[in-house]
Parts: sequence; C-alpha cells; structure tokens
Amino acid sequence: MAVTATAARAGAGFSLPAMVKEAGLTALVVLGLSFYLVGFETLDVPGGVDIRTRFGDVAMAVVIAFLGRTAVFLLRVGRPRPVLLLAPPIALLILVALLSETLFGPVIGARVKLLVPFDSPVVMWAVLAVTVILAVRAAWRLSHDTQQLSDEQRDARAGAVAAQVQRALRYLGPALLVFALAMPFMPFANRQIVDIGTLVITYIMLGWGLNIVVGLAGLLDLGYVAFYAVGAYSFALLATYLDLSFWICLPFAGLMAASFGVLLGFPVLRLRGDYLAIVTLGFGEIIRIILLNWYSFTNGPDGVSGIPRPSFFGYDFTRNPAEGEASFHMLFGLEYSSMHRIVFLYYLILALALLVNFFTLRIRKLPVGRAWEALREDETACRSLGINPRNTKLTAFSIGAMFGGFAGSFFATRQGFISPESFTFIESAVILAIVVLGGFGSQIGVVVAAVILIGLPEIFRELQEFRMLAFGMAMVLIMLWRPSGLLAHRDATLRLGPVGRGGGTAR
Amino acid sequence: MQHSFEYFLSQLINGVTLGAIYGLIAIGYTMVYGIIGMINFAHGEIFMIGAFVSLITFLLLGFAGVTWIPLALLIVLIMAMTLTAIYGWSLERVAYRPLRRSPRLAALITAIGMSIFLQNYVQLLQSARNKPMQPVISGGVELMREGEFAVSLSYMQMMIIVTTLVLMTCFSLVIARTALGRSQRACEQDQKMAALLGINVDRTISLTFVMGAALASVAGMMFLMYYGVIDFFIGFLAGIKAFTAAVLGGIGSLPGAMLGGLLIGLIEAFWSGYFTVEYKDVAAFAILVLVLIFRPTGLLGRPDIEKV
Repeated sequence: MAVTATAARAGAGFSLPAMVKEAGLTALVVLGLSFYLVGFETLDVPGGVDIRTRFGDVAMAVVIAFLGRTAVFLLRVGRPRPVLLLAPPIALLILVALLSETLFGPVIGARVKLLVPFDSPVVMWAVLAVTVILAVRAAWRLSHDTQQLSDEQRDARAGAVAAQVQRALRYLGPALLVFALAMPFMPFANRQIVDIGTLVITYIMLGWGLNIVVGLAGLLDLGYVAFYAVGAYSFALLATYLDLSFWICLPFAGLMAASFGVLLGFPVLRLRGDYLAIVTLGFGEIIRIILLNWYSFTNGPDGVSGIPRPSFFGYDFTRNPAEGEASFHMLFGLEYSSMHRIVFLYYLILALALLVNFFTLRIRKLPVGRAWEALREDETACRSLGINPRNTKLTAFSIGAMFGGFAGSFFATRQGFISPESFTFIESAVILAIVVLGGFGSQIGVVVAAVILIGLPEIFRELQEFRMLAFGMAMVLIMLWRPSGLLAHRDATLRLGPVGRGGGTAR
Repeated sequence: MQHSFEYFLSQLINGVTLGAIYGLIAIGYTMVYGIIGMINFAHGEIFMIGAFVSLITFLLLGFAGVTWIPLALLIVLIMAMTLTAIYGWSLERVAYRPLRRSPRLAALITAIGMSIFLQNYVQLLQSARNKPMQPVISGGVELMREGEFAVSLSYMQMMIIVTTLVLMTCFSLVIARTALGRSQRACEQDQKMAALLGINVDRTISLTFVMGAALASVAGMMFLMYYGVIDFFIGFLAGIKAFTAAVLGGIGSLPGAMLGGLLIGLIEAFWSGYFTVEYKDVAAFAILVLVLIFRPTGLLGRPDIEKV
C-alpha cells in the first residue's frame, strides 16, 4: 500500500485496478475495525451481558470508506470529474434528509429520511461535511490546473500566513482586547455566552501559564493540572477552614502552587523530554489520588462545597446583604441582577489572564526569559555558557505553576464547589493540546486554539456524547494538517543588527 | 496474619499475575518508543479494545455453544490478537506516520487525541456501563494453609503467568532470530541507513505497532478474565502504569519492559497488602520518580551519550 501511494505521488496516471485495490483495502480495514465494536452491541441484562447485532451500520461504514477512498484516489491522480459529478448529489440527498422534517412536515419527512440509510443526525452531518469538502476540492482541482503542493511548500505557505498574523497582531491584539472588554455589554451577550467566555479565558490563562513551561522553556509537562488543583484546593480549604476572602487567598494559592512546582521540579528537572513528561504525569495523578483519599482534610470524593464567592473588593454580590454591609448593586446604585456576578467573574479572569500575558511578554526580554528560550534550543550550549540549567528550569516551572494556581483559585471561587473529578489527566492533556495546537510559544495561537477546542464544543452542546469524540478527532486532524501548530511562527526575540542588511538573523 | 509467610506468598502470586499483564502492555510502549522515539499514548486504549473484543468473542462463543474451554480460549486469543492488531495498524497509519518528520510533540498530541477518540468511540458504541463476565476458568491448587488462611494459586493465575511467559519467549525469539526482528533492530538504530540497505522502514514500523497491539490485546483478554469486569476507561490507568513500567525498566529495552512490569505489579500488590489500597498508585509513581532520580535511564536502559 505504501508502494502504491508513493507511485501515485510520483505522478503515475489513473489505473482502475490500482484504484479498486486501494479502495478495497481501505474498505477491508474498516470492515476489520468496525466488525466487532460496531457490529455487536453488548447490552446489559440482569445477570450478565447480552448481544445485539448492528451489521447494517458496519455495511454502511464499509461502503462509505470505499467511496471516500475512491474519491481521494481520483483526486490524487488528477481525475476530479467523476467526484464532482457524484459528490454534490449525494451531499444534496443527505441535506434533504437532514432537513426533511422541517421541509416536508413530520409525516412525509419521515419517509424522505429513509432515502439515507443511516439515521443519526451527527453521522449525517459528518458524511455531509466530508462530501462537501471532496466536492470543493474536486472543483478546485478542475479550475486550477496545478500540481499538488509538496509538504515543504505547504508548510512554507502556512508559515507565511502565521507570520502575517504575527505582524497584524499589532492591530489585531488591541482589537481583540477591546472586543474582550466590551463582550459582556454586546447585545448578543446573555448569561450563557458570558459563561462560555469565562470558561474560554480560563483555558487561555492556563494555556499561557503552561506556555511558559512548554513553549518557552521547552519542558514537557503532562501534569499541569496538579498545580491547578493545588491552587483550587488551597483557596477552597483556606476559605472554608479559616474563613479568608478570595483576595487574601489568591496570592497564597499562587505561592502554594509555586512551592509545589519547586518541590516537584527540584528532583526531576534534570530528566529530559519524555522522562520528564511521565514523571509530571505521575505527579498529577499523585496529587489527585491524595485529594481523593485524604478524607479528613479534603473531604475526598465529596469535594469541598460552600466556597465563598468573590466580592467586589469587599462588597458582595447579594441581593440582601447582611445588616450594616452594602452589596455591589447598592454601591453603584444599580438594580440587583444575577448577571453582575457573572460579568464580574468574566472581568476577573480576563484581568488574571492579561496579567499572565503581560508578564510573559515582558519576561521574555529579561535575562531569565532569554535563558529559558536558549535552554529550549540547546541545553548543552547553555551549560557551557554558564547558565545553571536546573535553576533556570525551576523558575519557569514554578512561575508556570503559580499561574496555574491562580487559575485554580479562580476556578474554585467561580464554581463554589470543587472535587478531584475536575482535575483529571484529561484536563492536562487539553491544556497541553491548546499550547501545542496554537503553535509553540505563540501567545495568540493559544487564544485561537482555546477558542477552537473549548469554545466550539461548548456551543455545540447538542452533540452531547459525540462531543469528546469530535474533540479527539479535532486534535488529531489539526495536528496532521499543521504539525507545528496553527500559528507557529518563531520570530527571534533578538536580532543582530537590522533585518535585511546581511546581519545574521538569529533563529 | 500480615506477617506470616503465607500472606507474603499470596501477595507475591497476585503481584506476579498483575505484573505479567503490565509487562505485556509495556512491551508495546517500549518497542514503539525504541523504533520511532515517541510515546504511543493510545496504547492503553488498544489494550482496552482488546478486552472488549475478547468480551464479545466470549459472548458469541457462549451463544454458539462452544463449551470446551481450551478451544474457546484459543479462538478468543486469535480473534483478539487479529482484530486489535488492525486497530494498532490503523492507529499508526492514520495518526503517526504522517507526522514522522514533524516535531515530536505533534505526534504526542495526536496520540493523546487518538486516545480520547478511541475511549469515546468505545463508550458510544458499547455504552459507558461496566461489562461483567462470568469467570471462565475457576478452581486452583492450594499451596499452603495456616489456620483459616489458605494460599492458593488459581488456574487462572497459572494460565496468565504461563501465557505471558510463552508469549514473551516467542516474542524475544522473533526479535532476536527472525528477519523481521533484525529489521526492527536496524530501524531502531538508524532508519535512514536501514532504508538504504533495503529494509522497508514503513512496513517494519507498521509491524511493530501490530505486534505491540497483539500483545496488548492478550493483556486485555487476561484482564477481562482475571477481574471479570471491564469498561471503556480501563485503558487509561493500565496504560499509564504500563508506561511507567516501561520507563522503570529502561524504555526501549525489551527485558526492561518485562522487569518493569513485574516490579510495578509487585509494588502494587505488596503496597495494597501491607499498607493501604488507596495509595497503591502513589507508591508505583513514587518508586518511578525515585528510580529516575538515581538512574535516569531506567533499570536496564542504556544511557544515551549526548554528542555535541
């Protein structure tokens, strides 16, 4: 199969047997993949497990795989016409079936729906999307009689786009900031939208925090969620045991997370690459297990509840404050509204996130920030230039941890309830995915990736159980499409002399 | 009772059984790491899929009326190995091969993405509930007895340990003696040079994934039979522990993976036997950290010399 692929790429023409063989092989593999897990459904019955068959779905999957692979083959060898001829009608058919109930009413609609042999709307949308993409590509191939780009050309082109985005950032950044600031007052902003905004910015903040560790210092941390958890639990426990307010606890939570960063970092930071990754992952799990089992202190799996909400510098967001105290809406003479707190939380996390961003942008220009980036590029060279790798890494690690701790205490105050459930490995993976998908070390990339990975799934809540499936798929597809991240464009922090005058542009 | 030799022995048996399962999964990690230098994060999910395939085969055999246990076990073994191997092959083809020349983190992210995808794929298709299964092999031999407490070695445990030993022996022979093993070792050392000498590198890497998946599926089958219950999430923890085992033994080294698996199994069994069950995972990870601090390349790993 690898041989046929290379031969075709080298410009070999169309051959029917080759096409049938390739599509047939794909169909065969799909048959193998789906035969069991799709074909048989295990049902829970009293006293054991029963089985139901779904061979129709398997057959469908095989047919779709065969047709899809044939289309891809045809596009690759430069015969887009059959694809262009077949794909639009199929897409139309599916679209009609999807909208049948709204178009024709429930009775006829149900019959129209039978035209398409699968009934899950999500599957229909997915097949529709693939068909449309194939049709568009076929049309593109037909109108632009160009050869397919090589991987390097494609990379160079995408890199240029990323560079343009970076340049445009001078204007785009403030514009985004203004948008973020004005968002809660826009006409479309209801409670749900602001909540989603808060969630996305929380992940942006976590992404920026982790970016210091992974993007700048090049330390692969798979247990970042541990610091998030430490921050959340320090605040929650301080607030519930000692009755301290959010603003007093926030620095403590950051400090606590940073000390955990040092505690973990000190022994393990001399490990490299994947060893570091697995140790940090283990550390994340250890923290979670301890939180889960130290029942007398952390309340175990039941979590900590009744965490105080943040106050507006001492003024609560309550309708009827306690005797002798004023609340937020009284202070400003506003009508009480539950939105106040939500909007306040939004601005709070925005401010925290901007703090991280500002900090990162400035520290990159300080000696320690430069040392981080140098260390990422070549540890041995750094060592020989007199940089202490361990201390330098430790600063990055603990600063990243501190920001994670801040985000954690924000999370705790926003939710009012935390439990170890919220701090599983999947969270670490999501945060790391945001950093890597955005493009290493790119601040704006983190924003884009967070919006895609966190914002979109929140909006498509109707997908329900397909949500995480699509999430995993998206991670894979984005990486395959742009292996170095969406907006990867590494501009040197330092240049020797002005650009373009022959002075070496440090890369 | 905790201080008796009998108790120690029974924990030892439990630990070795558990270690056999971890060892089989760890081999997949270590081989993939050895040959393409990346963590195959979705390997735990391959193990989980192996367990599900075994479950379905057992059920089908039950309906078909195959009651002779050795035959049933053989069929399940073959089905699980074949079908799971297809998953391993597709995984490599879809998620890793296109990224072989990309930054290593890219492949790590696709691996995590695949892991999330496969978990949810199985959850969607087979529901999130626990899947129980009746024990297939029961009974055992009593080794020792002290009052109420009997140390027994069940036939199930015997089967697990023996199967693992047989598989590992076969596997070591494949690596050491066959042409495939030679090309694998060649690719491990230098892919470009191996390709120049006429080794089909793509095929070798694919086969590595296939072999790893097949071994993981056997582990899945044994997990199913030993614990009698599986769900879509078992791959995560088992995967992490097996990876820990691979790192503990020295990643890239086959005997290391087996030794690491055995050690992790023993640590877990003894920790839960003598201390607290809740913190057994903490113990495993803590030992990993300690080993890495004092011997950063694992127990049997070769130190890689950095050239400037």
